[in-house]
Amino acid sequence: MIAALQSLHLTELGYLTLLAATPLTLAALGGVLCERSGVVNIALEGIMLTGAFVGYAAALATHNLWLGVLAAMLAGMAIAALHAALSISLLVDQIVSGTVINILAVGITGVYYRTYIQEGTAVGPGILPTWHIPLLDRLPFLGQIFFQGQAITWAMLLLIVVVHVVLFHSVWGLRTRACGEHPLAADTVGINVYLVRYVNVIASGALAGLGGAYFSLQEIGNFLPNITGGRGFIALAAMIFGRWTPVGSFLASLLFAGADAVGARIQGFHNIPYQFLGMLPYVLTIVVVAGAMGRSIAPAAVGRPYKKQ
Amino acid sequence: MTWRRLFRPAAVALAAQPVLSIVCGFLVAGLAVLASGADPVQAFSALFQGAFTNPRAFTETIIATLPYIFLGLAVALGFKAGLFNIGAEGQFYLGAVFGVFIGYSVHGLPGIVHVALALLAGMLGGFLWAAIPGIIKARTGAHEVIITIMLNYVAFQLTDFLINNRGPLADKTSSAPRTPFIQHAAQLPILIPGTRLHAGLFLALIAIPVVWFLLSRTTVGFQIRTVGLNPTAARAAGISVGWTLVITMGISGALAGLAGADEVLGVSHFMPPAFSTGYGFDSIAVALLAKSNPWAILPAAFLFGAMRNGATFMQLQTQVSADLISIVQATVIIFIAAPAIIRWIFRLRHTPAAPVQLAKPDGAAPI
Amino acid sequence: MDLAIEWGQVHALLGENGAGKTTLMNVAYGLVRPDSGTILVDGNPVVIHGPQDAIRLGIGMVHQHFMLIPPLTVAENVILGHETVTAGGFVDQRAAEQEVRDLSQRYGLEVDPRARIEGLPVGIQQRVEILKSLYRGARILILDEPTAVLTPQEVIGLFGILRNLAGEGSAIVFITHKLGEVMEVADTITVMRRGKVEATTRPSETNPAGLARLMVGRPVLLRVDKAPARPQRPVLELERLVVHDDRHRVAVDGVALSVHAGEIVGIAGVEGNGQNELAEAIAGLRPDRGGRVLLDGQDVTRATTRHVLHGGLGFIPADRHRMGLVLEHSVSDNLVLSTFDRAPFAQWIIRRFEAVLEYAQRLIKQFDIRAESPSQPAGSLSGGNQQKVVAARELGRQPRALLASQPTRGLDVGSIEFIHRQIVDQRDAGLAVLLISSELDEILSLADRVAVMYRGRIVAILEGDAIDRDRIGLLMAGAA
Repeated sequence: MIAALQSLHLTELGYLTLLAATPLTLAALGGVLCERSGVVNIALEGIMLTGAFVGYAAALATHNLWLGVLAAMLAGMAIAALHAALSISLLVDQIVSGTVINILAVGITGVYYRTYIQEGTAVGPGILPTWHIPLLDRLPFLGQIFFQGQAITWAMLLLIVVVHVVLFHSVWGLRTRACGEHPLAADTVGINVYLVRYVNVIASGALAGLGGAYFSLQEIGNFLPNITGGRGFIALAAMIFGRWTPVGSFLASLLFAGADAVGARIQGFHNIPYQFLGMLPYVLTIVVVAGAMGRSIAPAAVGRPYKKQ
Repeated sequence: MTWRRLFRPAAVALAAQPVLSIVCGFLVAGLAVLASGADPVQAFSALFQGAFTNPRAFTETIIATLPYIFLGLAVALGFKAGLFNIGAEGQFYLGAVFGVFIGYSVHGLPGIVHVALALLAGMLGGFLWAAIPGIIKARTGAHEVIITIMLNYVAFQLTDFLINNRGPLADKTSSAPRTPFIQHAAQLPILIPGTRLHAGLFLALIAIPVVWFLLSRTTVGFQIRTVGLNPTAARAAGISVGWTLVITMGISGALAGLAGADEVLGVSHFMPPAFSTGYGFDSIAVALLAKSNPWAILPAAFLFGAMRNGATFMQLQTQVSADLISIVQATVIIFIAAPAIIRWIFRLRHTPAAPVQLAKPDGAAPI
Repeated sequence: MDLAIEWGQVHALLGENGAGKTTLMNVAYGLVRPDSGTILVDGNPVVIHGPQDAIRLGIGMVHQHFMLIPPLTVAENVILGHETVTAGGFVDQRAAEQEVRDLSQRYGLEVDPRARIEGLPVGIQQRVEILKSLYRGARILILDEPTAVLTPQEVIGLFGILRNLAGEGSAIVFITHKLGEVMEVADTITVMRRGKVEATTRPSETNPAGLARLMVGRPVLLRVDKAPARPQRPVLELERLVVHDDRHRVAVDGVALSVHAGEIVGIAGVEGNGQNELAEAIAGLRPDRGGRVLLDGQDVTRATTRHVLHGGLGFIPADRHRMGLVLEHSVSDNLVLSTFDRAPFAQWIIRRFEAVLEYAQRLIKQFDIRAESPSQPAGSLSGGNQQKVVAARELGRQPRALLASQPTRGLDVGSIEFIHRQIVDQRDAGLAVLLISSELDEILSLADRVAVMYRGRIVAILEGDAIDRDRIGLLMAGAA
């Protein structure tokens, strides 16, 4: 009896963790692509926010959740294109460019939220439906976590594999990694470093935008200002902690999301301050970046603008 | 175009760029307002009203400007050494925490002493929080950007722990989560009765020439600037680049911490768990707009303070959200950081140095 | 500029730094646009806009600084840009590895296609660079100073590979400054000097001495009048100094040298033989891995740069823009770059600008620095005047020893004469000077004793009548 209760507890926890890890992983996947090609992207937060907003607004306007998801990805791509233009073509420092995007995202979503959504009267478009895979979802524990869920979480699981395969087994991935490690060498063998970086940054926008759509279209079916709540930065941490790999980012996201979920659960008990669990992702990232690990595993040329000789 | 002739002299062109960036910022924001279906003229006039002409608006604008002055100086100082201190937000928090703690827990001190002590505590808090990334950078070469961003969030969590939910610093007698009120002696005196304008104004006005003096007249400032301009030559001349980076981050953090303590001692007289709402990030824009020049921080901070203050009124009066000022800020930064755009639009003469030259210490690790 | 490379031959391009060898080959590879003239491949005139065109024509280049991506494997590096693909756009790893294996067997370049570059020794990395060119069908292979990074054993291996390639009909161009290698491996030798072809010959028709003379040319009439040296006590002593370069390999291999007050010791040698690392190690900018440095009897091996500078060493670095000056600072600030925080230029942490200005004006006059005002940025001065600022700063501190690395590189004749004069005058006043220069004329003109550096070692120390241009040229090139 107790065991059964306990297992329910864990399963639910696992499910919630997977859900919470969805936006983190998606944004982190975007970060992986972007940084592997050599462009720092601290704008993941802003891109997610934009995606969440545009996705919701589109879904509201068209009463179609799927169009909303698509719109979220397109919006992410658009704003990531701005980051790309600023940092790759105009040679603006990539950190400044990322910061600008974050500030701009807050501004745009805030202003248009006010005029379109807050004052608006329309009934929300709801949230994405939950699907079940017929037999597999009866499996104890795993079944309830992995074989039932909403679209964006499924997409995330699929994308982890896709990004991994693309990055490590495709021609595009090879060239991307070359541009991130040694753009000059890539240039000398005829690779267009600018193009590779542009495409990867915009792709990261699509992924982060999708991650944003999670908040407004999958989780709560609404948009609130600052709905992303710093998750974009945790995604950055997950990417670093996951050593700039898709699978690593996923596992790190699970870790961070899990810590969060556990923390929420023990909030009831006074002795353990849950905030310290909340600090965990950030402290771990600092350790990783400051330790020798951080230095040797980041793509070697990331952060430095490339100027064709 | 005759106004092209106006812009010929290089000196004018130099000042023209920030001004034009601001103009473009408002233009873009105006377009955004238009696209949202509201009236930009109405929005901007409400902004102006809220910032300047409403009763007591002017003093409130000044109050909103003060943190921007300290934080802008902090970020600008970092830029001078080639450092990107995005952690001003977290250092702000730590400064407030340290300041408020001394403010309420120490009893029986005369006013000036108590205030001074609390302010110093705030500076210490910010200093420590910034020294961490400084030391890490000096020893491992790890980039301060990601570390300071992470520390910001650690600071938020830490503050939440300390103040929220009956934490160690929380006032147990109060229903709303906050620290106890600071002692009367620790409060910064009000300068104009009937307003909230406090003596922090003097501090801020003093901080500017102090930072200027530090940078241009002291050996420390010379060291900081040299490392920022050319760390290789600095090292070859015997300057310890690592130490310089740590000291710069430390002073920068102290300024940010001072801002936090100043806010607590002057405005709120206590500290709630959620405090700042983005002062730290905005101050990056302030520093960029001022091109890291301490004197130019004053008008830049004033502009942002005015916008922040006016925005709340604008939001009440019109349909336009206060977040509009973020659009202005972002656009201003874009035009400042990509001077090519402004020059292309207005055909200005080329001004040599870029506003920010980020350090490339040997063996630097990117994020 | 005329040069003819033939199929099936190893053609060596011999010359000192700055002779133009690399530039010429960069034109062939499309990295540099020629101002005039034609390039003919197999008798047909061609236009080469970039590496892509060169590759298409069958020209491949193995750069001095490898264009390899450390975390990727050998196979991945080789195929990058011309990847072998399966259906669907995936990299066919197995096919790639097989191709690499085939190529390496065919040409005798043993490599493991699955190994990561970052773990491989330099000699093997070089083979990967060569494979890159061969994979793209290069029949004309240009190697830029390939033996600079190799051990003697690896050099032998490389020569074997080159002979193989030539045997298969490829044309090899081998850029180097080392005489011994040229005599050993080349079929044809072209000597370049100051951008011109001096001669084209064969090893059977010449000898090292002749080649050396062609390389370093006739003496230029740039001599400084100087009295004979009167050396006193040793001021700067290097004992069995060992220094590593950025790639953690030995760059300075047990150098022992002693510089006395009142003498100028010149280190001659082609750049890249460890001189930079030696200078940086003495100045405290690079850790020593063995041996000792003594300054006026004090062991400064582990000392910081600050300590060394204030202990009596003046340092004129080789790269005045990167290391010598802060171009945005004023001339006067640059003149006190290492002393700005000491009396009289500062009191506690407050700077004393009047003292700085007065000092600056004095130095400007003494060193004849042409500047409109001491407060103008150093970057606005001409190259010669910039270097005078660096020299003034260091000599103005009245050091006991001066370490000058390439002190007159890129300067006009007037500035060169001036700085040479200053150095000699200071020597007469008792300064110990260690002069590092790749400009042989400068060494011959200034040095009382000449040490020749080759591959991180001092191969000879000559004085008096033994200082012979031809002999030094040979030593610099590793022969004799």
